[in-house]
Amino acid sequence: MELFKHTASQLHEKLVAKEISAVELTKAVLGRVDAVDKNVQAYITRTSETALAQAQAVDSKIQRGEKVSVLAGIPGALKDNICTKGIKTTCASKILATFVPPYDATVAEKLAAVDAVILGKANMDEFAMGGSTENSGFFPTHNPWNLETVPGGSSGGSAAAVAAGEAIWALGSDTGGSIRQPAAYCGVVGLKPTYGRVSRYGLVAYASSLDQIGPITRDVTDSAHVMNIISGYDVKDSTSINTGVPDYTKSLVNNIKGLKIGLPKEYFVAGMDVEVERAINKAIEQLVALGAEYKEISMPHTEYALSAYYMIAPAEASSNLARYDGVSFGHRVEGNDIIDMYKKTRSEAFGAEVKRRIMLGTYALSSGYYDAYYLKALKVRTLVKQDFDKAFEQVDVLITPTAPTTAFKLGEKTNDPLAMYLQDVCTIPVNLSGVPAISIPCGFAAGMPIGMQIIGKPLGEETIIRAAYTFEQNNDYHKGFAPLREV
Amino acid sequence: MKITCKDVANVALLSRLEFSESELETFTGQMDAILEYADVLNKLNVDNVQPTAHVLPLRNVMRADEAKPSLSRELALSNAPEQEDGYFKVPKIMEG
Repeated sequence: MELFKHTASQLHEKLVAKEISAVELTKAVLGRVDAVDKNVQAYITRTSETALAQAQAVDSKIQRGEKVSVLAGIPGALKDNICTKGIKTTCASKILATFVPPYDATVAEKLAAVDAVILGKANMDEFAMGGSTENSGFFPTHNPWNLETVPGGSSGGSAAAVAAGEAIWALGSDTGGSIRQPAAYCGVVGLKPTYGRVSRYGLVAYASSLDQIGPITRDVTDSAHVMNIISGYDVKDSTSINTGVPDYTKSLVNNIKGLKIGLPKEYFVAGMDVEVERAINKAIEQLVALGAEYKEISMPHTEYALSAYYMIAPAEASSNLARYDGVSFGHRVEGNDIIDMYKKTRSEAFGAEVKRRIMLGTYALSSGYYDAYYLKALKVRTLVKQDFDKAFEQVDVLITPTAPTTAFKLGEKTNDPLAMYLQDVCTIPVNLSGVPAISIPCGFAAGMPIGMQIIGKPLGEETIIRAAYTFEQNNDYHKGFAPLREV
Repeated sequence: MKITCKDVANVALLSRLEFSESELETFTGQMDAILEYADVLNKLNVDNVQPTAHVLPLRNVMRADEAKPSLSRELALSNAPEQEDGYFKVPKIMEG
């Protein structure tokens, strides 16, 4: 099997056994990028030279007999909203097209500290706003399973890179489903940690009360390994949680006897693909056969979550994106006076979806509408969160589809923002509540991957990893590799 | 209609964005559809519900007031569209 098809933990074994070198591995994955990225278009910026230097350093350490981390020498990708010192970080926006951060995000520092190899910065929906990566200000990314379909979004470049063998692992960010939904569409594993589990320092802000960085990997084992590296309190992020980080690999246990699963009936929405529903029901039957207990539960405020999100996230975005004014960094268009400069800069360099959300958020926060829209949405957020609190009094995890359908065709929803938003219906309540969730492959419909979402209690990553690992070990869905032609 | 072209033009001004007439019409239609959808929130009585702006039980996280190394002026200015004598440079703000 080609090196680029392995998982990080498998490749780590080969590295420390000196069967392969990190340089050889990095070259193999770079070669794969050369061969397929013309079609997939997962990367905005490639850092091949520094990647090879990082790999070389790992080889020297291994030669010297030093102990190295599981990710040492393993090539991965970072979503392009994660700041990397000296490496362009664009957020897939023309407004940041030439922005070179003078500092590293905390997660980038942590990855560098364990000698992970970074191949480049992955494409995304501009400022993480979208569910298809078609909102990238530069170019769309294509789903490796069928190039005519979207990879999902907003972390579409990260998910497509991992699925295509263009990266062994990747980081994404998830504000309303942006790790889990593309992971589902691309047939890989995506984990959105508990809000505050991973530092957001250096993550370009979209909606700060919802954003969270997490891993996109080939299997659950790698997800646990990446979580071990990126999690933890950070003095630079005052919303990071100040409690110890468990060793998530201890949860890689193939046993779910007695695990209580809740199936929230409100998640099986109208318009859901029957194949998706069938796959989830089959997965539940299988988990029950493996010793889990399951019951149907009700989360009555689910239908309001999407509306609340599309007030709260744009409101936060309108405030966060006020900083793009052409003054201290980013694109500038000269104007007659400073207000004219702001307007011209922002109008020229933001894409349509970003403008739409800034406008919607500004409206929801404006005098006369604040109570009717923004404040009401915050109150509904409380009710959505209470649904989760009550559910977790009865069950250990919740299982739902990750998205109502498999990947859709490029262009299919670009003129209908609301139809695009509806793809997030199963993932958004999780962000509003701050709880962790993982999406894992659980089947195929017409050759396209289906994702199952396992949601846990706050800081319940260990339980969802154990449930996901058990399901994975009893199935082969994650072993399929996208049938991508090299060109 | 929840929102008119005139409302949208006003929001555009607040947002420091400008649109052509046809863009304004498209945006008005799309924002109207989204606000219409958000109307579902009005079905709920939330009079006695506390708002949640943030899921963590945190209030005003403080750190010790100690000077620490920070970005050099050169690095801080490294992305400036225009700079002069170690300052960001912008168009004239006041007359005279």
